[in-house]
Amino acid sequence: MHPLGPLDEPSVISVSVLAFYLRDLLETNDLLQNVWVRGEVSNCKTYPSGHCYFTLKEGDAQLLCVFFKSSRMRTSAPELCDGMALAVNGRVSFYERDGKLQLYVEAVKPLGTGELFERFEQLKVRLAAEGLFDAERKRPLPSQPAVIGIVTSPQAAALRDMLRVLRMRYPLAQVILSPAQVQGADAPSSIANALDLLNEHGEADVAIVGRGGGSVEELWAFNDEVVARAIARSRIPIISGVGHETDFTIADFVADYRASTPTAAATAAVPNIEDWRIDILEKRQTLVALMQAYMSDLCARVERSQHDLERVSPRRLIEQRRQQLDDSMERLQTHICHMISLRAERLRGVTLQLHSLSPLLTIARGYAIVRRDDNQKIVSQVEDVQPGDYLTIQVQDGNIPVEVRRRRNGSLTF
Amino acid sequence: MEALPFEEAFEHLETAIAALQDGKISLNEALQHYQEGMKLAQYCNELLQRAELTVQQLSVDDTGLLSVLPLDV
Repeated sequence: MHPLGPLDEPSVISVSVLAFYLRDLLETNDLLQNVWVRGEVSNCKTYPSGHCYFTLKEGDAQLLCVFFKSSRMRTSAPELCDGMALAVNGRVSFYERDGKLQLYVEAVKPLGTGELFERFEQLKVRLAAEGLFDAERKRPLPSQPAVIGIVTSPQAAALRDMLRVLRMRYPLAQVILSPAQVQGADAPSSIANALDLLNEHGEADVAIVGRGGGSVEELWAFNDEVVARAIARSRIPIISGVGHETDFTIADFVADYRASTPTAAATAAVPNIEDWRIDILEKRQTLVALMQAYMSDLCARVERSQHDLERVSPRRLIEQRRQQLDDSMERLQTHICHMISLRAERLRGVTLQLHSLSPLLTIARGYAIVRRDDNQKIVSQVEDVQPGDYLTIQVQDGNIPVEVRRRRNGSLTF
Repeated sequence: MEALPFEEAFEHLETAIAALQDGKISLNEALQHYQEGMKLAQYCNELLQRAELTVQQLSVDDTGLLSVLPLDV
């Protein structure tokens, strides 16, 4: 019994058996185990592990190559990069896991710069001499573009990446895609045409020309003179965003702004409304703070005015005057009291004096006062009376009424 | 305020702040600037909230006429 099926059916083998067979076939071939191959490096990637993977191309054929770190160290091989022309020595084998036939590189020999790279350099020199890369040709990008033109393939992941960034950062914008083929023989004219159309339409404030990462060949359209000239004649400022950070194309040199990737290009094209949100929030806070300051200033002014008003208020004057009046009244009263007591004192003195001079005292000593009855005048001499006049003699304990009979000078006879 | 573009609304907001900063305005004016500013800030925020990227595609017909068509991506 065959382990894979009945004997009468065609023999069926598993993938791993075939893969093992292929590998065995390749590794037992002496020619394939030590071979030199010539071609141009493309898609070269060196990983942090130190292993280097690239594709060796020549004409329409290509071969996957693996250059392990150990082999690289042993041969002190130069740093490989896309476009290098190499002679590569190694062994061919089959990598079962990925189903790949690849060349395990043992040694490399540079054969000078690759043909593509040479063309690139020549064009670069020529366009630079024309002044197409000059810094003064670079136009500033608008800070708030209303319309953003994009020249790329409608199917590309790069377009979705760019739209995602634009939606997130600046959804106020309007995007106009001018579709173009971004790889293949027709790509350069397609890109140039799409850019021209965008200019003809005329609404875009800024335009992004780009595509996502790929091999040197895939990005090559952006090294074409047709594309470079279309960028140069564009009235709309151009941002280039081609491939990855390490890829530099002619388009990058001509563009007004070179972004490292399509995503970076979209980021560079627009402001971030998140910043605006923060700005608006801060402005709101400023408004509130200013209004508060204004109000508290106003309150302080009102309070100050109130103080000022109180200071000049007639109430104080009135109070002052009232007090002065009170003082005066009091002084007046004291003065009057003083005067009264002074008078009283004097009166007492005078009374005493009067008392001491009182005729009553004299009368008490045996003298008498004689008054005329008709006019109460005191009689002090004979001429004061006529016979027949009625007089009253006042003595100590009473009065004696008398009538004048006659007069005699020297003495009085009653 | 409806239909006022964001940029203009934002400019007005800055004007209101500048007026308040000046300080030499009447209470009535200050209150007006303040209320106007708060409304503008709110409006700007709403505009940003509501904004939605529009995506169109350029196309050329046989006669070479340019037109823009909506694009769903």
